[in-house]
Amino acid sequence: MGGFQSDVEVVRQRSAPKVQVAQRLSWIFRHSAIVRVTHWINFLCLAVLLMSGLQIFNAHSALYWGQESDFQHPLLAMHASPGQHGSLRGITTILDHDFDTTGVLGLSYVPGVGVRERGFPAWVTLPGMQWLAMGRRWHFFFAWIFVVNGLVYLTSGLASGHFHRDLLPTGEQLRHIGGAIWDHLRLRFPKGEEARRYNVLQKLAYLGVVLLILPCIALAGMTMSPNLDSIAPQLVILFGGRQSARTIHFLCAAVLLIFLLVHVVMVLLSGVWNNMRSMTTGWYRIEHTEDINDGTA
Amino acid sequence: MTERLDRRGFGLRLTTGLASLLLSGCGDEVSERPWVRHLLDKAEDLNYWLQRRVLPHNALAPEYDEADLSPQFRANGSTDPDDEDYRRLADNDFADWRLTVGGLVERAERFSLVDLRALPSRTQITRHDCVEGWSCIGKWTGTPLAALLQRVGVRPQARFVMFHCADTMEDGTDRYYESIGLDDAFHPQTILAYDMNGAALPVAHGAPLRLRVERQLGYKMAKYVMAIELIESFSHIGRGRGGFWEDRGYEWYAGI
Repeated sequence: MGGFQSDVEVVRQRSAPKVQVAQRLSWIFRHSAIVRVTHWINFLCLAVLLMSGLQIFNAHSALYWGQESDFQHPLLAMHASPGQHGSLRGITTILDHDFDTTGVLGLSYVPGVGVRERGFPAWVTLPGMQWLAMGRRWHFFFAWIFVVNGLVYLTSGLASGHFHRDLLPTGEQLRHIGGAIWDHLRLRFPKGEEARRYNVLQKLAYLGVVLLILPCIALAGMTMSPNLDSIAPQLVILFGGRQSARTIHFLCAAVLLIFLLVHVVMVLLSGVWNNMRSMTTGWYRIEHTEDINDGTA
Repeated sequence: MTERLDRRGFGLRLTTGLASLLLSGCGDEVSERPWVRHLLDKAEDLNYWLQRRVLPHNALAPEYDEADLSPQFRANGSTDPDDEDYRRLADNDFADWRLTVGGLVERAERFSLVDLRALPSRTQITRHDCVEGWSCIGKWTGTPLAALLQRVGVRPQARFVMFHCADTMEDGTDRYYESIGLDDAFHPQTILAYDMNGAALPVAHGAPLRLRVERQLGYKMAKYVMAIELIESFSHIGRGRGGFWEDRGYEWYAGI
């Protein structure tokens, strides 16, 4: 099941008056059904978890390190305070440095309500208005789906050899990581035979998210539960305290958001339909271009 | 080539369209639909089942050292009840305050602070986790609820312990109230605290008596406790969800 096997090859000839290009297409079955289904469920879960998580964060829009909240010295805090001309400004404090983030962080417009002091703006929180109880409901409901979905994915990935076969970089790939980074910076994506497998940066990004960030965010989330802390006090020690766990949970979410943005940009740049098709139907198209006359393909 | 560009443009529009649908603030309307809330509530049932029926439920909350005490323990919710009867009691240092323990008990009884201090006591340094997200560490001394319940005798029909409080909430109609299950009531760390950080419990933190039910969130730890009632069901009290904040959408079992 799954994997990157070649199944169909199509050779198409295009002829033009002066240029002859032979374009050979091959189709590979790139993503197994389990990978495709869990991918989209995971996307839905992360979207709801991110937005409801920001709603929960807004109930106390500050982060700390350790067991308890040192209210005088947060690592990060968002609040509103009067500016020079008496009007309220949204202030974001990072490690004792203040930034004016009026309109977005600390102070923003809530549709139908007006300008309000709040951490993140209404357009990124679920629900939009300040409603902690409802944000918690969304968060915990989708947290369950996220965890069950993640366990299905991890179990099948290990059992089917998907991780080992498709996600673990080969030694040869690791040795040429510099070239891969240079190719990415110039937005050159692997073609032909090289497109049959993930490139080394993809592999490392996916492995990092799947084996490090996602388990970490789930565990840090559980550490915030006072009841789970009594059952597994090692969790709190592991994360260096409940407030540290809350901060790590937030940072993991930030890393996931950056990953998501880069992921979507890469999908768009490297062939949105081919990528979307392969993550929906499983089939990925590879073009092998061989120039017959000159290089103007 | 143009065909490909069109497709790419369509894909972009589709993606941004879906994203803006998600981000358009339709979350408020969706959240207000009863079936959505009902569906999302299933996770609360699942959490309760996991925490109370599957995982061990007699574990102790982590306890800390004197050195860990928070220099500034935040006072939240009611911090200075302006109820006339409460003010009268406070002005007299709670000498006239009595805790009523009744409901489904064998021998209903009233306790003064002196009575409570004469009962066995427990001191614990624990972390207080607010549903808002912050934590403070404090030292609490008080009467184990189990000792009090054993003294009055719990009748077999009783399933919950209800705490009636002195503070009227902002809407002016309801006084704060909270309830816990009997398993939590008999947990060794569940105490009725009259001292905080080595001194008499300050008004801001619930004088003269507040509940400490470690392993749950702060809103369960009722302040300004006036009466304790053993009950079989809380469906007839308030809006029927077992507590002031529960009536406003928060979980009855606040272990997460």
